[in-house]
Amino acid sequence: MHRFANPTRFFRLANTVLPVLAAVTAVLFASGLYYGLFDSPPDYQQGDTVRIMYVHVPAAWAAMACYATMALAGASFLIWKHILADLAARAAAPIGAGFTLIALVTGSLWGQPMWGTWWVWDARLTSVLILFFLYLGYIALVNAFDDPDRGGRAGAVLALVGAVNLPIIKFSVDWWNTLHQPASVLRMDGPSIAPEMLLPLLLMAGAYFALFGVMMILRIRSLYAGRRLRQLRLAAASE
Amino acid sequence: MSAFLAVIARDLRLARRQGTDVAMTLAFFVVVVAMFPLGLGPTPELLARIAPAVLWVTSLLAAMLSFDRLFQQDSEDGGLDQLALSGLPLSLLALAKACAHWLTTGLPMLVLAPMLGISLNLAPQSYGVLVATLALGTPVVSLFGVVGAALVVGARRAGVLVALIVLPLLIPILIFAVSAIDAASAGLSVRVHLLFLGAILAAAIPLAPLAAGAALRQALD
Repeated sequence: MHRFANPTRFFRLANTVLPVLAAVTAVLFASGLYYGLFDSPPDYQQGDTVRIMYVHVPAAWAAMACYATMALAGASFLIWKHILADLAARAAAPIGAGFTLIALVTGSLWGQPMWGTWWVWDARLTSVLILFFLYLGYIALVNAFDDPDRGGRAGAVLALVGAVNLPIIKFSVDWWNTLHQPASVLRMDGPSIAPEMLLPLLLMAGAYFALFGVMMILRIRSLYAGRRLRQLRLAAASE
Repeated sequence: MSAFLAVIARDLRLARRQGTDVAMTLAFFVVVVAMFPLGLGPTPELLARIAPAVLWVTSLLAAMLSFDRLFQQDSEDGGLDQLALSGLPLSLLALAKACAHWLTTGLPMLVLAPMLGISLNLAPQSYGVLVATLALGTPVVSLFGVVGAALVVGARRAGVLVALIVLPLLIPILIFAVSAIDAASAGLSVRVHLLFLGAILAAAIPLAPLAAGAALRQALD
């Protein structure tokens, strides 16, 4: 891992991976949306509204994976002080906030026909809303310091503190009696979802994660360029 | 241990000599609670229904106003560096700060809240539970507040930022505390909610100072 803490080496790899990953994202989204919207059976209770699942569930997974990425990158920045780890944590935050927002909005659109309400304050929804607030707090904190390094370190500590929320989100549907349905894919005794629905779901999950990778590379690249620009400006100003 | 107590004593002495800082936080608490009957109209049933939430949300907001005095002044006058050099581990320093903060903010609120509860027509059987939730919840508020305050040392607009960071983390406290008081008003068992609050407090006492210590270390170098 430390090999790729070197920006030159990292960007050489990232620039090779990027076009491939972008193509994979496009193919997965196209196939996932095709299977999800046209070539999968409607639910026997929910009818066609179940198709919202193919957008909603992977977004929620990606939102949590994004937070885990941010916390791990923050931890490695605190431990090894690699600048790329800081940039990765900063890069992940708005992406994760975006995924969380998609999960909340699609969940709300799904809840209206199914539960008869846009929003309920049950454990799953509330803990995901906290996740969204944590992303916003992180973004506000890292940008609140004149010294970007100090902001990155404070943000890393906050990301690690907020990581307690991840298991709460995952298990909220098991610990509390919620309106939100319990886990049906990532379960100890195997998925309980129909295989013809699982295929588009997994394709869409792959698409979201590939998109996450593409956006991470793009954002790390632009944040790094911004950091270099700042250094050059400071150097020019001090001459 | 003596250094730990000395930090608490120092913060209490500072709070006593700059008494208005503490008094302003408590005055904010009282004034905001008093706004609700004025805004909603003095319907006793409505006020009784919203009293737990009003008291708890207002106490959280009042606490938010008090976090900037935890480290901001110390960091500006160099006192924080002295405290770091004193040999007291930073996590214990954070715990001492949290204790002093609770004694000057949480404890007075604990005393004030039942009186404000009367003004909001809170159900008679709920007062004990209200005090119990505050006794278990406000130390967590102080502990998380120390984490937030340590994170924002030296930040722009630190006062607003600390609220943005700490309030989401305190949502579980608010939920369990208000459900406990509501359960008591409805004559139901409050045990589960209080146990949850106690569990959060038991986890926060060792973990929050560690996080705050890490945050202070980042603020110092």
